Order: sequence, then structure tokens, then C-alpha cells
Amino acid sequence: MGRPEVVVIDYGAGNLFSVRRGLECCGVSVNLTADPEQILRAQRVVLPGVGAFGNAMRALEYLGLVEVIKRVAENNIPLLGICLGMQLLMDESDEFGRTKGLGLIPGRVVPVPTKTTTGDQQKTPHIDWSAIRPSDRARSWKGTLLEDIQSGDSVYFAHSFMAVPSNETHRIAECAYGGHEISAVSGKKNVVGCQFHPEKSGEVGLKILRRFCGG
Amino acid sequence: MGIRLIARLDIKGPNLIKSVQLEGLRVIGSPAEHALRYYKQGIDELLYMDCVASLYGRNHLNDIVKSAAEDIFVPITVGGGIRSVDDVLQILRAGADKVAVNTAAVMNPGLITEIAHRFGSQCLVLSIEAKNIGKERWEVYTDNGRQRTGIDVIDWVKRGIALGAGEILITSVDREGTRKGFDIALVNAVSAESLVPVIASGGMGSTADLTGVVLNGGANAVAMADVLHYGRFDVGAIRAAALASGLEVRQFGPT
Repeated sequence: MGRPEVVVIDYGAGNLFSVRRGLECCGVSVNLTADPEQILRAQRVVLPGVGAFGNAMRALEYLGLVEVIKRVAENNIPLLGICLGMQLLMDESDEFGRTKGLGLIPGRVVPVPTKTTTGDQQKTPHIDWSAIRPSDRARSWKGTLLEDIQSGDSVYFAHSFMAVPSNETHRIAECAYGGHEISAVSGKKNVVGCQFHPEKSGEVGLKILRRFCGG
Repeated sequence: MGIRLIARLDIKGPNLIKSVQLEGLRVIGSPAEHALRYYKQGIDELLYMDCVASLYGRNHLNDIVKSAAEDIFVPITVGGGIRSVDDVLQILRAGADKVAVNTAAVMNPGLITEIAHRFGSQCLVLSIEAKNIGKERWEVYTDNGRQRTGIDVIDWVKRGIALGAGEILITSVDREGTRKGFDIALVNAVSAESLVPVIASGGMGSTADLTGVVLNGGANAVAMADVLHYGRFDVGAIRAAALASGLEVRQFGPT
């Protein structure tokens, strides 16, 4: 028996080096691949991503991975979407016209608001270390990816669009930006998405990845 | 919105260097040692700038970034000598998250759009070297402050954002390495016209300079070089000072 393996889906999106290093620090071996068989055999799967929603969905379709990722979700394999990878889990996105997503967590992807709740202009992309807190103050993060971190810990966000889960019970953590709530982590059963970059969020982020890798 | 504390590491060959007004390079030491120290002290981001990239190859920089990304889990931006989408791909594969483009963007503004389309706006920092040329007027320089362009800084900021830049790094050539404080008027003029986050660079000598450029210049992030490299402050002291002046910064360390 080697170390447990995590598959990072390699569909040509951005900086996979840091995702790989972050996971390796958690004591797992990392396999970057677009091969459906290897993905379906994985113990855990990460869907990374930066860039545009439409391009990413087209790449996944071209590689025949849309149905594969849906089967990962059905087969109860832990699946983590990071940044654009989280947005891809939703039903559809408004980025450059309407594009269908993977539909694993009900909800939409919309632009980060360019005005604060008081009507002032605010900068986008949202590029910042922001504090995250439980969406439902009554529920703790016990049993979630965030079990080992604290409400108020800061993590690194870099995004112009954001996922808006339609079902409150799928919302796990939020951050505030210009008075708006941004869904930072959302999840449904074995499928979970982080809008921020855990692999770029220092020790706090590594704790989140370690929990995903089995603690 | 919070304020990001960024360590700026100017690189020449294998060395971390520091200049004054982007000239007169002095060797500081090993980029790896400094980067790791700043990470452990809680730096929010690293910015590597290859000073001589447009003149020589940049293999050193790829290696430096690759080794940093092994143990450092905060965002890494790399600038200097990036001329094409292929160059971006190379440096992202080495572990960078964003690229900063200056000279090549001035020569070919379409490059901004190409990079933004391929990797997203959040991946592209438009780096602007600015020199004051009169009251409230600044000119864009390239090639580490050596080459004038005749372009007005504010016009370039607006155009760069329209073309797809996701952040603006504004470096005051006049203040760079002088410890005389940021050119607050410059940062303020840029920030007022910028819909994207603005990183102020050049001149930080004290923690009061940081507070000033945020409160009076509207900066969203601050790039710090010799204030860190010469050990005059550590990141923790800077963060504490920022907090004490009421700035919102990343929560770092034990709560």
C-alpha cells in the first residue's frame, strides 16, 4: 500500500503545480490526469481551474470528462472544486453569455458585484485575503472541510465571478465583500467547492486540504 | 476590502538585488532564503521582478519560482521579460499564479487581451513604471525606467483595464529605493481611475508610509522591498502597524 492517491483533473487550466504541492504536503500522492479510467478509480478528485467558465466547460466536453465528473459525484468519491472548479459544479454561468455547468450543486454563477451594498464603486476582480465565517451561524463546521480552521480565518480569493448556491443548506462558509455575501465554500454530500484558493492560503489553506485528504 | 502586504523581490540572475530608482543594482542575497522568511512571517503575496530579463535569458527566474512554490503557499506574481502567451504558460507551470507585464504590453497592447482571455483577468497584472513630468502628470516608462514612451500614465491605466488587466502595479521610478515614501498623488490618481485593485510600489521607508498610501492614495496592496530586505521591519511588525491604524489586513497567526 502506497500513500493514498488524489487525482487532480488536468484539462489545461492554469497553475496545477501549486495544487499538486499543496496536496503533497498533506501526505498524499498526486496524479495529474485527464484519463477517465484513472479519474473514476481515484480515492479523491480535485477539479481545479482559473480563467473563463465557457472555455473550461468546452475543454471538459472535448476531453469527454463532463459525464466522468458526474459519475465521480454519483459514485460518492470525494470531489473538491477550487475557484473556477467550484463554479463549474453549478447549473449554469452568466460569464460571456449563458453556459451550462456540471449541475452537481444547484445554483448559478454571476459576476462579483461592482458596487457595494451602499452604492459605492468597488474593485473587481475580488483579489484579497478575506475572513470566512459559517453561513449558518447556528451550525458549526464540524464534519466539513473547514473542521480544523476557525471562523474569521483569512483565505486568498482571486475571482470576477462567483457561485450562488440556490439551496441554503448547501452553503457552508461566506465572506463579505462590499457588504455582499460571497459563498466561499458550498457542498452537497461528497461534492464541495471552494471559491478561494486553499493551496494559496498559507497554513489555513493547508489545513483545509489536509481535511479533504482524510485528516 | 482588505490591504495586501506584498514582498517585492527584484531578481538579477540567481540573486535578490535592490536598486535605487531602478538603477545601481546591489546584491542582497539569496531569493529563496528571503522569500521563505517572509512567508513564515506572514507575507500575503510574493512579487518577483526580473530586472534584466529583457536583455538576457530568464532561466534563473523559472528555477527560483519553481523552488519557491515548493514550500510557499501564498500567491506568486512574476514579471520581467514576459512577451507572449507561451512565456506566461511557462512561468505558470513553474508555480506562478499571475504575471506582471510592462514593456511587452506597451509594445503590443493586444498581449493584455490575449493573456486575459486565455488565463483570466485575475492572472494579469499591468505593471506601470511612472515618472513625474509636471503637476499631477506622469509618463509611462519601460525597460526598468530606462525608456520613455510619451504615454500618459492615467490614459494607459484606463486602456489597460479596458483591454483586460486584472490589477495595476504602479511603481514610482522617482521614489523607488529612496525610502522617501510612496508618490501618494500618483497612486491616488491611478486609484481614482482604476476599477481593478491597485498595488503601490516604490519608496516605502516606514509603516506610516503604508498607512498614508492606503488612506490617502487608495492603494489596495503595497509592494515592499528594501524595508523588508534590509530587515528594518519584519512582516509581523508591519501588519501590526497597519492594524493599529485601522486598516483591514489578513488575519495571520494564532487567534
